[in-house]
Amino acid sequence: MSAPASLRLDLQLVADQVFAGSRVLDLGCGSGSLLSHLITRKRCTGLGVEIDPDSVLAAIRRGVPVLDRRIEDALVDIADDSYDTVVLSRTLQTMLRPEFVLSQMARVAERLVVSVPNFGWYRNRLRLLSGRMPVSKEIPYLWYNSPNLRFTTLADLEDLFDQLGLIIDRRFTYTQHGRRLRMYGQSANLMASAAVYVLRPER
Amino acid sequence: MTGTTEAGSVGVTTTQAVRLFTAESPLVLATGAELGPVDVAYETYGTLNADASNAVYICHALTGDAHAAGWHEGDKRPGWWDNLIGPGKPLDTNRFFVICSNLIGGCRGSTGPSSPNPATGRAYGLDFPLLDMSDFVAVHRALLASLGIGRLLIALGGSLGGMQVLQWSLEHPEDIAHAAIVAASSRLTAQNIAFSAVARRAIMDDPQFNGGQYAIRGTNPDVGLSIARMMAHITYLSEDAFTEKFGRSPQGETSRRGFGIDFAVESYLDHQGQVFLERFDALSYLYLTRVMDYFDPFSRPDALTGLAASPVRYLVLSFDTDWRFSTEHSLRIVRHLETARQPITFRELRSPYGHDSFLLDDPTYHATLRAWFDRALEVGT
Repeated sequence: MSAPASLRLDLQLVADQVFAGSRVLDLGCGSGSLLSHLITRKRCTGLGVEIDPDSVLAAIRRGVPVLDRRIEDALVDIADDSYDTVVLSRTLQTMLRPEFVLSQMARVAERLVVSVPNFGWYRNRLRLLSGRMPVSKEIPYLWYNSPNLRFTTLADLEDLFDQLGLIIDRRFTYTQHGRRLRMYGQSANLMASAAVYVLRPER
Repeated sequence: MTGTTEAGSVGVTTTQAVRLFTAESPLVLATGAELGPVDVAYETYGTLNADASNAVYICHALTGDAHAAGWHEGDKRPGWWDNLIGPGKPLDTNRFFVICSNLIGGCRGSTGPSSPNPATGRAYGLDFPLLDMSDFVAVHRALLASLGIGRLLIALGGSLGGMQVLQWSLEHPEDIAHAAIVAASSRLTAQNIAFSAVARRAIMDDPQFNGGQYAIRGTNPDVGLSIARMMAHITYLSEDAFTEKFGRSPQGETSRRGFGIDFAVESYLDHQGQVFLERFDALSYLYLTRVMDYFDPFSRPDALTGLAASPVRYLVLSFDTDWRFSTEHSLRIVRHLETARQPITFRELRSPYGHDSFLLDDPTYHATLRAWFDRALEVGT
């Protein structure tokens, strides 16, 4: 089975940040579409971590190596610097201990690719101003059934990166339709519905 | 025999035997000792394809045998892994060629401690050499060679079977494209060894054991062997499985208390112990459990070097209620293989039935195996 012809837009952006031939750890890999793409198209090797049963089965059928474990548990078993790139795609907000997950990621790889929804996006702010919790394409859940445990804006997140000694090499921001924003500084925190960060630990 | 024609069955099967080593050309064991002749009982299902790229080797567990699937004439039950192997089943015999052999040291057709010792003409007894997991692998490889198969598409085993697959993949990774290790361990715990020790003591302290030379007297350590089986059986099931099956139900109508079989669970264990006597040999029980006790492949400093040159795609599965080889045993295997950068997939499956779950047809378990087998066939050897 070959990789799907096209990746989801944000996954394509993540895939572009991974060097050919590198060893990749994909935390929250879903059905393995990113890893499958990287393995078949970019000669990468790697490992996924996923907890959703149907996604795990799909990843296995696709031939993507996957650990059916909680990300926090899987990470602590992985040796220092044993991957070139570690990916956390739209998953940080579901982690009970995001700072722990990020510091473990920095321990196991020299390059981190983290994609997140932006709770500081202006429409989310407007919705909150109207007295309602934000619901959007990036955050399609109601408060009581959301897998999201941690709500961060890009500004808050960048503070945490700084605190953990994670240097932002690149930041890509985009609209809810997946259009890239050419925007820097704090205005992105207002205009971007999601972002992809390429980070490297201070060593 | 009702199942012979049912859909999904491989039908009537027969166990074959082959002499793989002789007295002149013996098997050299890990200890350096020599064993010959060595006969091996095996069965095959399905058809080997032209380029021998669809071969699957099943390694059986402690008390298993070569009869993994289909029916023997007159039997009331099919082979021990019949729910997995057959047309349309996860190991689809329309596509895969499946081999299962009885372990040496066993008692189901392969050479073991109750086979005749050519030096004396009577059973080896305790003169049979101690075995190592790598000796099982050496014999599996000899069988494969005799069948004209150079490389396996898949090696698969549960419990002791999984331990053989692990040993094989570490020692000869060039033999195996895909290795599935289910409910197994890379190193027994003190508790595991303790259970084995009590089982062996029950057998060896049975007055009928006679230093291992019981056959010549026409006796058998029935009491010891059945106690060993009863106790082991407790470790194969979870507490919940016992509760679900028996609860505290009394056995029979009478409510009179005594030291007999008062509870249903006692009757069940007694039955397990008794039927075991018909199909298993006490000496084999000693020899095979001892192999498990000493198994510790990752303790070798060069354990992972072969895999670097010849990677193996691994599947490691555990069951959440298995307390004989808990998930922690499987995770230990995963940690070592992940460190060695092998493509590895791991799942802990939910099942109420404990260690024995690996023999049952839990839907998620079988769906996982099916997905992984189907992918293996696409990837090839």
